[in-house]
Amino acid sequence: MWDALQFEFMRNAVFAGLLVSVVCGVLGTLVVVNRIVFISGGIAHAAYGGIGLAFYLGLPPALGAALFSVVISMIMGVASLKGKQRADTIIGVMWALGMALGIILIDLTPGYGVDLMSYLFGSILSVPRSDIWYMLILDVAVLVMVAVFYKEFVAMSYDEEFSFVVGIPVRILYFFLLLMISLAVVMIIRVVGLILVIALLTIPPYIAEKYTTSLGSMMVFSSFLGIFFTIVGLWLSYRYNLTSGATIILVAGLAFFVSLAAGAVKNRKKAVDGGS
Amino acid sequence: MIMSDYAIEVEHLWFSYEGSDVLKDVNLALRKGEFLGIIGPNGGGKTTLLKLMLGIIKPDRGRILILGEEPNAASHRIGYVPQNTDFSPHFPISVLDVALMGRLAWSRIGKRYTEEDREKVRTALEKVGMWENRYRPIGHLSGGQRQRVFIARALATDPEILFLDEPTASVDPEFQVDLYDFLKELNEDATIVVITHDIGVVSSYMKSIACVNKHFIFHEGGQITQEMLDTAYQCPVDLIAHGLPHRVFPHHHED
Repeated sequence: MWDALQFEFMRNAVFAGLLVSVVCGVLGTLVVVNRIVFISGGIAHAAYGGIGLAFYLGLPPALGAALFSVVISMIMGVASLKGKQRADTIIGVMWALGMALGIILIDLTPGYGVDLMSYLFGSILSVPRSDIWYMLILDVAVLVMVAVFYKEFVAMSYDEEFSFVVGIPVRILYFFLLLMISLAVVMIIRVVGLILVIALLTIPPYIAEKYTTSLGSMMVFSSFLGIFFTIVGLWLSYRYNLTSGATIILVAGLAFFVSLAAGAVKNRKKAVDGGS
Repeated sequence: MIMSDYAIEVEHLWFSYEGSDVLKDVNLALRKGEFLGIIGPNGGGKTTLLKLMLGIIKPDRGRILILGEEPNAASHRIGYVPQNTDFSPHFPISVLDVALMGRLAWSRIGKRYTEEDREKVRTALEKVGMWENRYRPIGHLSGGQRQRVFIARALATDPEILFLDEPTASVDPEFQVDLYDFLKELNEDATIVVITHDIGVVSSYMKSIACVNKHFIFHEGGQITQEMLDTAYQCPVDLIAHGLPHRVFPHHHED
């Protein structure tokens, strides 16, 4: 593994993996406990519309994706609050529409064909230095925001109604969370692609939830799990020449099932010890 | 702070959901120091009325004043104990952190909890007998223990009115009696409003009782009237089944 680090692209890939893991650990924890996995998936996929739009207009794709996914996330947020009954349908429709729009716009863009695969499955090995800086700024911003409003985020996540009653602006916090997710999604797409965003956002927190007793420790544990998955996945993909994003997710998925199995064994043991 | 003799004033309150009326022309003037029990059938609008009083939802028509203020303006003077059934047992949070939520406020957003906050929460947790369990994950507690923590959280706000939504749902029977004894004690300092199913226990503690089934019938003096029973037709069955003390019945109208 160490010899691979002599290449700049490999060092960048490791940095990108670290930064993405931290943001996924922190925001993913909030995504999981607030049960907004579906919305997050919707944002990630609809972001492709923004990539298409950026190519069509000749803007940087990351910028297009960021603006587009922010707008989409706000609309989805409103939909989820207004019509609780049909919110999942509306999000599902926007999810599909966003992707379709992206593909059509890229069709309409004259010139070279865009490598769709690199957006679907990520291209961590081709992350440029400039993107690392963008990721670092976003990481710091997310960490600071979540740290400052930590107790409010905890309260909103555990008991939204009570938080509202004591005067916490839960709506604003909710949209603020969606905003952070939509910006993070753009950088996660870089690493694992938009199809796999959800895995990196949800698998580490899901595993961490079982071994922690506070949201803060869940965030830290999730971040370390994410780092472990990305580094191991990266190494495997380098060693065996596999698609990096998919390999990272496979590692995470494997850990997910191991943790499920461990949980089942523990429960059975408890039942047996309970003397039933 | 606005001074008012009334804890809760509700005038001509109407609320509908998706085109059908949930509450029709509700009127209530509840004095400070009262202990109000709200009974009524499921889907009769009990919880809706509570949420209106807490400012979680807004009425279609009519007016609500809590301690002489708009519900949201009075947020720092009321305590709320929600139904304890819809919480994920996996959520990683300790008893202490749940109770600390009672010290949250708009004016302190983004600031750490202070020593005073922690002291108040300690007192509240000790009051409900959960201080020893403060570091335990809330998901590992029994229904009754969790309810105690929610009560401590509400008490941590130093409430002048305490609202409880079915506090004895899904808890063991002996907890019911303990809880109402405890609420009676709290009632010396605070107004208490409880939504409940167990009228049997309730009627011997409540100072006044109201029944909600779209309409609202209020009786100062803690008696269940025939009108209330008619409004919430399930009530009589419950009354007999639980061996209700006779004193709650008004003078019988029937001959």
